[in-house]
Parts: sequence; structure tokens; C-alpha cells
Amino acid sequence: MSRQFNMRSLILSTGTTIILPLLLLFSLFLLLRGHDEPGGGFIGGLVAAAAIALKLFADDYPSAKSLLRVHPLQIVGVGLAIAALSSLPSLFVGDNFFTAQWWSLDIPIFGTLKLSTPLFFDIGVFLGVIGTVLTAIFTLVEVEH
Amino acid sequence: MLYVVLSLFVLACLAPLLHRYTGRHSGSLLALVPATLFSFFAAQLALVSQGEVLSQRWLWFPGMDIHLSFLLDGLSLLFALLITGIGTFILLYANRYLEGHPALGRFFLFLLTFMGAMLGLVLADNLITLFVFWELTTVSSFMLIGFNHENAESRQKAHQGLMVTVIGGLALMTGFIMLGFAAGSYELSDILQQDLTGHALYLPMLVLILLGAFTKSAQTPFHFWLPNAMAAPTPVSAYLHSATMVKAGIYLLARLQPTLGDSAAWMLTLSAIGAITMLTGIFLASRATGIKKVLAYSTVMALGTLTMLLGLGTEKAALAAVTFLLAHALYKGALFMIAGILDHEAGIKDFQHASGLRHKMPKTCAVAVIAALSLAGVIPLFGFVAKELLLEAVLSGSHWQIALIIATVLANIFVVLVAALLAIKPWFGEEIATPKKAHDPGIAMLSGPMVLASLSLVLGLFPFIADKWLLQAAASAVYGNQITDYLALWHGVNLPLLLSLTSLCFGLLLYSQWPRWRQFTSGVDRLSAFGPEALYTKMMAGLVIFAGWQTKVLQNGYLRNYLLTTIATMLLLVGWAMLRLEHFNITFDLHDVKIQEATVFLILLVTILSAVLVKSFLAAVALLGALGFAVALIYVFFSAIDVGITQVLVETITVLLLVLVLYRLPEFRKLSSNMNRARDAVIAISSGILITLLVLLVTNARDMEGISSFFIANSVPEGYGRNIVNVILVDFRALDTLGEIFVLALVAIGIYAMVHLRTGSKPVTNADKRLASELKRMNTTQGDKK
Repeated sequence: MSRQFNMRSLILSTGTTIILPLLLLFSLFLLLRGHDEPGGGFIGGLVAAAAIALKLFADDYPSAKSLLRVHPLQIVGVGLAIAALSSLPSLFVGDNFFTAQWWSLDIPIFGTLKLSTPLFFDIGVFLGVIGTVLTAIFTLVEVEH
Repeated sequence: MLYVVLSLFVLACLAPLLHRYTGRHSGSLLALVPATLFSFFAAQLALVSQGEVLSQRWLWFPGMDIHLSFLLDGLSLLFALLITGIGTFILLYANRYLEGHPALGRFFLFLLTFMGAMLGLVLADNLITLFVFWELTTVSSFMLIGFNHENAESRQKAHQGLMVTVIGGLALMTGFIMLGFAAGSYELSDILQQDLTGHALYLPMLVLILLGAFTKSAQTPFHFWLPNAMAAPTPVSAYLHSATMVKAGIYLLARLQPTLGDSAAWMLTLSAIGAITMLTGIFLASRATGIKKVLAYSTVMALGTLTMLLGLGTEKAALAAVTFLLAHALYKGALFMIAGILDHEAGIKDFQHASGLRHKMPKTCAVAVIAALSLAGVIPLFGFVAKELLLEAVLSGSHWQIALIIATVLANIFVVLVAALLAIKPWFGEEIATPKKAHDPGIAMLSGPMVLASLSLVLGLFPFIADKWLLQAAASAVYGNQITDYLALWHGVNLPLLLSLTSLCFGLLLYSQWPRWRQFTSGVDRLSAFGPEALYTKMMAGLVIFAGWQTKVLQNGYLRNYLLTTIATMLLLVGWAMLRLEHFNITFDLHDVKIQEATVFLILLVTILSAVLVKSFLAAVALLGALGFAVALIYVFFSAIDVGITQVLVETITVLLLVLVLYRLPEFRKLSSNMNRARDAVIAISSGILITLLVLLVTNARDMEGISSFFIANSVPEGYGRNIVNVILVDFRALDTLGEIFVLALVAIGIYAMVHLRTGSKPVTNADKRLASELKRMNTTQGDKK
């Protein structure tokens, strides 16, 4: 184990188990409400990445890595793909490239769900940011191993 | 027509998959598509031969007059038929020729991409669209020439072809932009209505466009890349270097002749360069012994002839050019495929090792003789019709008659020599042993040359078929007006016929003395040390040396030097611009500064000073973090909540990253001299002052209405969002954001590669191991070269 992680704090570790899900949920919340209130994919992505980084500092690298399941670079790729694909639906409707498309879905009980290409684009940004930040952090940690 | 072009690209992407599932039949299946396209184009013959021009347009960048627009007139149709028709046979042929090659699927991918690009090029109605396809042919032909990429020579030749044509392409793009500017439109259909020879930009754009066309069509002094491109598999040579790729430059010249052709500069340059290329090409062909080399050089000759004809600018020359083009595509395609057959079925690549194969390969021999006779221009083949027209056109030309006549007749004599080499040398005479057991190939490989050769014969006997259906319309497109000339096999005994007969006799005479001729001219080989290819090699070597030098000086790997250079450059440029400003008024009043704002300012001041002065990395990082949070506070005061949140998060993560890096740094020590520190301080302080001045200046000198009011007004009605920042990011400026996240991805990959793939570091995953060993291999091979 590397130098900086050998002072593992029980308090931080325990706290993280509670805070981590909340932070991740909060990041989703930021992402989804971003169009109308402060938030959005970039901010949400940073929060999510910080949450995983918290896990890294509180516990150790393997547990943070297993939390993510895939390599962060793959997340970057998926994010880019989603963001780039969200530019295409406009072409099928005959609009210019990247024109935002909006659809409303009526779901019983829950009300109306507003779906749009900007939302998917924002999800792409969200994933791209998470992936990039975590690639940087994980890579630097891996060097220690 | 968009779908026609797109279908080839889609097919190209599917080709490797198709090949995997259908195995050895994949080429034949794929050939169905160009065959279908051929019949599609053939069906347009009736309309186009009436002088109709079909056009289609899809909007692409309407704001910049760039459209996916296509136009089909006689000239485009001639090329489209050649591309799809010969393409069909090439696919059949390649399927057999490269049978069992492990990368055959990839080969089809490249070949079909090339086919699509070439088709798009000849159908494009928009200059920019044309240029995109033009570059696509360059890239895909690079892939095809370098198909045997494990062979260093093959790589190098592909690289050479790419460099020469790309440099030309760059010039061409500039020329196109000038042309579009001068004509007020990028649509060829608009441009061709105008005569731009009097425009102020005429000369520069002519030079640039000619540079593009000449490099692509291998005119002297750029002719050297074409024979070198024979490193490609033979089907590629047959397709790219006889029928399509190199004709792209000719197509462009023919296409633009109505607009640019009516000037002395055009006529003299084209006829001079064309005649020189014609002579250079055929002379080199008469000296070569490799079958493909001879064919390649004779292609250079044909390209020169076409350029010369386009330089004549007469009605007859236009007709001669399209006729010669068709004749050349027919016999050269056939001859290249026969060269491939000789290599594939008998193992023969060189004339000197071939003799008496007529018994073992009777069918191939018959086809080769017909194609070669068409090359020589012997009656009654189509090559004869083309040659008569060529001579007539040169005889009735308006300038340099005598010189061009002599050049043409001289070239014709050598053409007869080359044709005799192809028709006689491998087939007749004493039979000698071949490396492989010689035999006729199957129908898949022989069908192409057979059909092309018989077309040479049929069109020769009945030239009015080609004339009426296609060449009239094509020549009219080149000439710019309806032409009245026509093709005929027999014009009676006249001067062109006599010249033709003379060259035939002299050519045969020369053939009988071929070995002596080669010996006689052997001094030329020594001259090649000063030729354009040698110059090219020297220039490329010089480029590498220059790149090495500038890397050593500017990119020396010390981060501090990069920072210093960047900041100092910015200081100089911005500072200079600022000094030249006429009104330099900076006003700011401190009346409404609130107490909390002043407090933040003080915090900022204190943290920044301490960050500079502390003697510990950790403290400096922490102070920088504090600085960032203070800045975030300012954002919050001015109600930019989103930016504030982002700032806080970015600072947090930056501190995290810095802390991770910190442990890898050496201890805090004073390493640089006082002088250096003073220099750094001066640069740092002056850049700070500069930015401050700049911000004050910009906020004071806002002449135009800001764009923010538009965003505020349209965020909810257009973007359906109340958070303006987010609406800008994901809707109004989504393309910018997309670019930014691509940069983010690049950064991530960069970090990963820098840390994991350094030489000496331990690879973590299997992919890393592969990459690392690859890098190591590259480094060692480079080291060997030194």
C-alpha cells in the first residue's frame, strides 16, 4: 500500500458508506434538474467523480475500482458516444444538425416525462467528466502500485 | 445520386463482415453493386446524350453555400461509367488475384471506399463537396498503395504518393476558395456559366488549381509518384492508375475548361506541361523492363497527352480528349490486368524473362494483342480513332503547331514501341521456362480484359455508338458549347493517317533495336540523381532534420519552458496590440463595493502572497485551493450560482489531483538561480498586470450589444430551460460542448498513456503490454537507423 493511504480513518471510512450513495444520488439529481435549476452534466459529473474519489481515500484503491466495475476510460467512450449520437435525431426529422428534439411521455401516476436530446447530451457530458477525472486519479494511484 | 455514392461507402463498411461470412465468393457478390450502379448510369445515357443535365441537391451547410449537390452531364457520365464498369471487373479480378490473402476483407473496404470517393468526385456539383471526395480518393489510395504494409518499400511508396497528392490538395483547396469567391458561388453549375479569365484573382487561382490537378495526374515534374505507386497489388494499379485516380486531375481540368480555359496562361501551360509529360513518360516507358513499370510510364504519357489536348482548347481537341480518355481506359485497364495475370499465372514481372507464352496462354495472348494494338493505334481499333483525332486536333491547333506535332509524332513512335513490347515480347518467339507453370487464368480474371479489349474492337469498328451516346455530350461539357464534330473510323488518306503510318513504321523499327536503344540511352539513369524524385527525397530528409531541430529547441520536455514560452508570447503579442490602441481609457469606481466583496479581495491577496512564499508543496496546494474557493465566492456574490458550484468542485478535484502528484515530487528545495527566479517573477507579474488591464479594457469598451440578452430572452421559449448556463451548454452551443468533451477524452487518454506507456514502466493490462512492446519495437527500429 502506498504512503498516503496507510493512515486509514475509521470515521471517514464509516462515514463514506453513508455519504457515498447520497452523493451519487445527489449527482444524478444535479444532472437531471440541470436544465431548469443550477446543476447539469458537468457539475453532476464532478460530484460523482469526487464521491468515488472519497471512497478511494477512505478505503483503498481496489474497493474504489470495484465500485466502478469498468475502466474509467470506457466510461469516457460511452459518454462521448451518447453525446455524439444525441446530435443525430434532428437529421431524421429534417432539422439542422444538433437541433434539440423534445418528446413528452405521459406516464400514469407519475405525470409527464419530458425527454429531449439535450438531456441525452447532458448525460454524455456527465459520463465524460466522470470518466476523465477518474482516469486521471486512478492512473496516478496505479503508479504507486 | 447521393444514394448512389453513399451505397458504395455503406457497402465498403460492410465488406469485411461480408467477406468473413461468404469467404471466397465475397468479391463476386460485392461486384454486383458497381454492376448495378453501372446499369443505373447506363440508363441515364438516353437523357444525357440529348444534352440534359441532371442535378440533385441536399443542403449541407446552407449558410456557407456548401451543399451535397450532384450533377450528371456527359463528362460526369463518361467517368461514372468507367468507374463503375471497370470497378466491377476489378472486384471480380481482385477476388481471384488476392484469393486467400488474410486481409482481403480490408482490401475490399479500401477499394470500395475509393470507388465511392471517385464517383462522388466526378458527380459533385459543389466545389467543397468535390474537394472532400478528392481528398478521400487520396486517403483511400494511400491505403491501397500501402496495402502490403509489412513491406517497408511499399509503405514508403504509399507515403510518397500521399505526400505529393496531399500537397497538391492543399493548393487545390485554396484555389477552390478563390474560385468560389471570384464566381460568387461554390456550385459548379453556376461557375461554369461564367468566364473568369479576366478576374483579378485569375492567375493565383489558376496556379493553385493546376498544382492540385498536376500532382494528382502525375504531370512532370510530379510524375515520379505514379510508377512508384505500382507497389500496390496489380488490381489496384489497374484501377487507380489507369482508369480512375490519376484521371481525377484530368477530370478537374476538363471540368473547369469552360470557366478558366480561355486564356493564354491556361493554353500555354497546359500544352507545354502536357507535351513534356507525354515525352518524359513515353521515353521512360521505352527504357523500363518491368511490365507494370512500362505500363505506368505509358500512363504518364497518356495523362500528358490529355493535358496537352485540354490546353489546345479547340472543339476538335475537346472531342479528341474524351475519345482518347475512353480509349486509354479501355486498353490500359485490360493491359494492367494482363500484367497481373502474367505475374499470377506465370510468375513473370519483367519483359526480359518472358517469351513464347502464346501456346500456354492462348486466350490471354489474344486479349493482350488486341489491347496492345489499340494502344499502338492500329486500325480498326478504338485507339486508332483516338489517335487520328489527336493528330487532327494538334494539326489544327492555334499555337506552337510545329513543336506539338513533332512531340506528338515522336511520342507516337515510342508508343508503338511500347505496344510492340506488350503485344510481341512475352507471347511470341522461343518458349522459355517460367517461374510458375504458365496457363490461362479462369473466367474471373480474364473476363475484365476480355470485355475491355472487345469494347476497344467494337467501338473501333462502330465509333458512332460511343460518339452518339456519350462522347458528344462529354466533349460538349468540356468545350462549354454543343460540338458538331463526330467520330469516324475512316477519314480517307490525309496527313494524320500518313503521320500515323510513319510512326508505326519507325516504332516497329525501334522495337527491333530495343536492347540497343536501352543501352544507347543508359546514360539517363545517371541523370536521375538530379531528377525530381531525388529532390523530393532530399526535401523529405530536410523536413525530418528540421522537425528534429525544432523539437529539441521548442519542445524540450521541460514544462517550465513551455509555460514560459507560452506566457511570454502572449505578453508580447497582447501587449503590443494594447500599446497600439488609440483610446486607452480605463475607468472604474469603487463606490458600490460592498464590505463582503472587500473581504474576499483581502483573502485573495493574502492567500496568493502566501502561496508564492511558503516553503512546502502541501501548503502551496492548500493555499491554491483556498484561492479557488474565494474566487467561487465572488461568483456567488454576482449570482452566477452555476459557475460558483463548478468552481468549487473543480478546485476540490484539482487539490485532490495535486495531492496525489505531490508525493511523487522530490522534496522542496531551491534549485534555480536567483537570476532565473527574478526573470520568472517579472514575467509572472507582468502577465498578471496585462490580464488585469485587459479585463478592465474589455469591460469598458463594449461597443456591440452583448449576446447574453439573446440567451436570456430565448432560453425558455427556445431551449425549454430556465437555467441559462445549462441551456447554452447543451443546446445553443452544444457543438462547442461536444468539442470540449472530446478534448476531455483526449486528456484522459493522454494521462493514461503518459503514465502507463513510458518506457520502463510496468504494463498493467494486456492492452498495455501490447502497446508497450509495440512502442519498444518502434524505438529500437529507429535506433537501428541511426
